[in-house]
Amino acid sequence: MDSLLIFGNLLNTTLVFATALIFAALGGLFSERSGVVNIGIEGLMVFGAFAAAVGTHYAEKAGMEGASPWVGLLTAIVVGVLGSLIHAVATITFKADQTISGVVINFLATGITLYLVKLLFDGAGETPLLLHRLAKLNFPDFASIPVIGPILGTGILNSYPTTFIALILVFVTYYVLNKTKFGLRLRSVGEHPSAADTMGINVNRMRYIGVMLSGALAGLGGATITLTTTGLFSHTTISGQGFIAIAALIFGKWNPLGIMGAALFFGFSQAIRNYVQLFAWSSNIPQDFILMLPYVLTVIVLVVAIGKSRAPAALGEAYDPSKR
Amino acid sequence: MNKFLKWFASDSFIVSLAAIVMGLLLGAIVMMIGGYNPITAYGALLSKVFGDWYGFGEALREMTPLVLTGLAVAFAFRAGMFNIGAEGQVLMGMTGASLVGIKITGLPALIHAPLAIIAGALFGGLWAALAGYIKAKRGVNEVITTIMLNWTALFLCNYIVRTFLLVPGNQRSVDIQPSASISIEWLSQMMGNARVHWGILLALLASTFFYYFLWKTKQGFELRAVGSNPEAARYAGINVNKNIVKAMFISGVFAGLAGAFETLGVFHYQSVYASLPGYGFNGIAVALLGMTHPFGVLAGAGLFGTLTYGSAGMSFEAGVPPEIIQIVIGSIIFFIAAQGIVRFILKPVYKRKKEKVL
Repeated sequence: MDSLLIFGNLLNTTLVFATALIFAALGGLFSERSGVVNIGIEGLMVFGAFAAAVGTHYAEKAGMEGASPWVGLLTAIVVGVLGSLIHAVATITFKADQTISGVVINFLATGITLYLVKLLFDGAGETPLLLHRLAKLNFPDFASIPVIGPILGTGILNSYPTTFIALILVFVTYYVLNKTKFGLRLRSVGEHPSAADTMGINVNRMRYIGVMLSGALAGLGGATITLTTTGLFSHTTISGQGFIAIAALIFGKWNPLGIMGAALFFGFSQAIRNYVQLFAWSSNIPQDFILMLPYVLTVIVLVVAIGKSRAPAALGEAYDPSKR
Repeated sequence: MNKFLKWFASDSFIVSLAAIVMGLLLGAIVMMIGGYNPITAYGALLSKVFGDWYGFGEALREMTPLVLTGLAVAFAFRAGMFNIGAEGQVLMGMTGASLVGIKITGLPALIHAPLAIIAGALFGGLWAALAGYIKAKRGVNEVITTIMLNWTALFLCNYIVRTFLLVPGNQRSVDIQPSASISIEWLSQMMGNARVHWGILLALLASTFFYYFLWKTKQGFELRAVGSNPEAARYAGINVNKNIVKAMFISGVFAGLAGAFETLGVFHYQSVYASLPGYGFNGIAVALLGMTHPFGVLAGAGLFGTLTYGSAGMSFEAGVPPEIIQIVIGSIIFFIAAQGIVRFILKPVYKRKKEKVL
């Protein structure tokens, strides 16, 4: 195969893997920049993946055809927000330990969703296979351009709509966080809540918004996996992506552009597995080492290049005005 | 004795008990919404665990890795770190024990079995210490490295099993030498072949060690100092970096032991895992249930193990989906963490009690 085309395909797979991570990690960003640790991203993705499958399934039943996956996406956002409210109420209102509450979300999410799947679908372990999933956009004109065609057309543009939404959201997040009043307030309650409070900012309300945004985005991330990759929800649909997203958040130093870079890096090292077998020099590497590659590469990059990343100063502490 | 009674009347005990009751009640409500009878369900759960000796032995078997991974997570917490990597350290422990248990031959059981256990403990400990070392040397957050090392361990261990220990055509290793087994044959026969092993006792010892080390030794004091305020600890002349590596090593030893016992006492071989088996994540839950205290961890593992092992009976006899138990466990941890909610609900009870005292 033409090496440019191989690279184009590799890029395309990279984007598929990276999309869910970008959504979920941006979710983590909103929560953590407001000062609330969110280990529950994994669970919120489970809620999202489940809601997307159920929402799409019932939309299909209602005869919505190709529009059904979009209904699924919206359902996922709503359910993601509802799930994140558990975290918000526990940690912000009742000042529970944020790490513990996050772990609880992970437990509740798998428990509740699989229980509901059994109730809704007569004791089945997974949702019915969806008839409609999100379709990749197609730009044949771009793919036929010489030289850059395979990269631009086949590689980047021939992607799921969610990929474009995710990439746009990265820049939107960057703008909102750094250039708007809302972003400044959100960051201030994560860095120095008592100072923010003195300035008249409602700390708890900002944190509620941060956590709910994280629920919406992590829900979207989970939905992306159902609607582009698996086509149904089972207990294996989300298996560790939420934790990788948290890694991407730390790796990207709590910054949207950094997160995009980290997510693309994880996506790339996942995608490259399938391509290692194509070449004679690399086809003898044991399969387990190829599977290991993304994780080992991450550790090496962290050790060699990145080093310390600084978390928001007030991360993990419930705000108590009496201690001001 | 008086002290003992006082502890039962203590605030944290009552709140924990209330949290457990509320979690079980919530589970019952969820069951009723689904059209199941909670009383038959919980009855089936309890009879699965306490109904016969076999069930009781198997429940103890289920609790053992929970105790150890719970201790692993709790120990790191005490030193100010979040070890999400118990999962990978358990796998490394399994592999260390398998390698020694399978490859070394001709040793008497009294030497072979302890050697295999030590190998597992060391594998787990060093794997965790790697994350500690990277944190100490390069300041990389241990959450991200331990997540990455979990997956690395999964595939590394699979590679080792596939390459050196495999039963051809199967997704598992050959059996360990009988001399490396830590099963208690006579007790197992008395309990209807429940897979009981010496690791159960060693797990109890491990929690005692945890308590003694952390609260009765100078080294333990240093670890706790680093955990509660690294800057102050540094100012007091404590070598923070050394303590980070040490804490992670000991934490990993606990997890490694869990893995070693699963191989040497329960399965007697090692599987090739398709994904992370979940020991470490359950350990996080147990550590939190036990409020990161070693004896709390024992209680937490007892509760967690009873509920998860019993849930199989619940689904078999009462037809209730076992996922309910995840909801119950999740909400118990939730209520323990969000004590504000529990106190809010207990308020009327508390008031009455105080009035009586007055």
